[in-house]
Amino acid sequence: MIHNKPTRSGRLLTALTFIFLYAPILVLIIFSFNSTKSRTVWTGFTFDWYIKLFNNDAIMTALGTTLLVSALAAVIATIAGTFASVGLYAMKRRPRELLLQVNNIPVTNADIITGVSLCILFVFLGKFLGFELGFGTLLIAHVTFNIPYVILSVLPKLRQLDKNLFEAAQDLGCSWMQAFTKVILPEIWPGVTSGLLMAFTLSIDDFVISYFTAGSVETLSMRIYAMTKKRISPEINAISTLLFLVILALLIIINIREVQQEKKAAKKH
Amino acid sequence: MSEKIINLENIHKDYGGKVVLDNLNLYVRDKEFVTLLGPSGCGKTTTLRIIGGFETPSAGVVYFDGKKVNDVPPNKRPVNTVFQRYALFNHLNVFDNVAFGLRIQKKYSEGEIADRVNRMLKLVSLPDYGDRMSTELSGGEQQRVAIARALVNHPRVLLLDEPLAALDLKLRKEMQRELKAIQQEVGITFVFVTHDQEEALTMSDTIVVMNKGKIQQIGTPTDIYNEPKNAFVANFIGESNIVDGIMHQDKLVSFCGRQFDCLDGGFAPDEPVDVVVRPEDFEVVAPEQGQLVGTVKSVLFMGVHYEIMVETEHFTWTVHSINYADVGDRVGLFLTPDDIHIMHKS
Repeated sequence: MIHNKPTRSGRLLTALTFIFLYAPILVLIIFSFNSTKSRTVWTGFTFDWYIKLFNNDAIMTALGTTLLVSALAAVIATIAGTFASVGLYAMKRRPRELLLQVNNIPVTNADIITGVSLCILFVFLGKFLGFELGFGTLLIAHVTFNIPYVILSVLPKLRQLDKNLFEAAQDLGCSWMQAFTKVILPEIWPGVTSGLLMAFTLSIDDFVISYFTAGSVETLSMRIYAMTKKRISPEINAISTLLFLVILALLIIINIREVQQEKKAAKKH
Repeated sequence: MSEKIINLENIHKDYGGKVVLDNLNLYVRDKEFVTLLGPSGCGKTTTLRIIGGFETPSAGVVYFDGKKVNDVPPNKRPVNTVFQRYALFNHLNVFDNVAFGLRIQKKYSEGEIADRVNRMLKLVSLPDYGDRMSTELSGGEQQRVAIARALVNHPRVLLLDEPLAALDLKLRKEMQRELKAIQQEVGITFVFVTHDQEEALTMSDTIVVMNKGKIQQIGTPTDIYNEPKNAFVANFIGESNIVDGIMHQDKLVSFCGRQFDCLDGGFAPDEPVDVVVRPEDFEVVAPEQGQLVGTVKSVLFMGVHYEIMVETEHFTWTVHSINYADVGDRVGLFLTPDDIHIMHKS
């Protein structure tokens, strides 16, 4: 028997769970405003660390790299993933299910394995083709781990379409490409943009795979990690707070969109 | 008779060895309402898709106005299609859905397009619906938009793939009448696919009955109903009693232990045949006046008539009669020669 009313112990358990999850982040955020370097004693409110942060060239460069690689990777992965979804959608059930399983492996796979294997591949290929780990390999790595998420977000939208939709477009005079751009793409657009946002978020968020594939280039999360190795400065708190807020904002946007789409879909029926 | 607009010659279609269409020969005349009728899996939809260009036949030739079109893609054929689930574009409103085909052609100004779209929306009884989104429409309204979207392009032929299957009975009847009226008004050839025999009988000029990838019979609704070519057609079109019989000579058949006069001929002497009798063709009479005598097993009230099951010595007959009979009654059944239809065993 499942009770509908939350019991007192149930409420307590939920509260504890959230405290465990968010207390560290809360402490991090609070101490990003602490006026001294102390991580234990509150000494007063300041924006200094944030100001320092924006004057720190290394951090700003890393931030630039992260934004650039995330934006590029998200766009490329979205285009590739959308076309891949169309291909998968058109396939027979069996090979499609098989490929989808393969697609899901990187999603569940440990990042470190993806990172190390990409690193080994790039070093190996680089030796023959004469390139080194750097922005290029970082970008390829990000595109690689983003594509499965784009497919997971686009393919369900395709499956919801009337199975004759593409043919209806052709029937009314569209070439293949016109049918895709004028009918299919507008119909699956919410899935495509969700995929784009998801890919962008994951790219900003990523540390492990970037660490193995970026060579001498540094992303924001790599910079933060490097900073923790030296004397820990509250700048780390500040940058982490900002990163946390950006990711949180993106996730909220993605979730709100999903809810809106579900409402729209529910209205349809 | 008007010219043949579509001609399918020796069409064969198989999917990895599974034969879907087997040596299909069929032509459609200009301005005709042709219905492809058959149970699911009989190949009727595949035939339609071959005409539309969505499937290519494994063998055989498709002619349009005498020209071979096997390799012409759907967007280059003078046909438009109304799909089973309508396939409306949900990101566009009703007006833009209907205008879609005209805009792709890039031959018309927006003014002309608006003119034609509004005229078409009026034709399908949806004036002032232009601004609605397709998701806000009922099934019947979506159906009309799909028809308008196809017809606005003035195709030579309109293909309809079970377009009324998703509608409830009352709406379906209404749409049947309306579709027929629209077809007569616009004067366009309709090729209509359905598994509903009643729908086929009420709407068509010509019915093509299909089963297992083969054409069973082509004819007018009256022909098909009154003179079914074989037991399958007889059984599929309306209800039928089918019993084994022996054709002794022209116009003389025996079944259920006695001889009957009939109107058919051209069989081998004493050829085993299928004898078909429509339930409504029986006359229920007193036992001593009947050619067949039996006991009433069950009676169902069907509205206009009663459906009475009469068990005789050799066979249990389905009989439709406007007169009531009680279960257990002894009744006679009387047939005139034109009530009896003889078919070759298939």
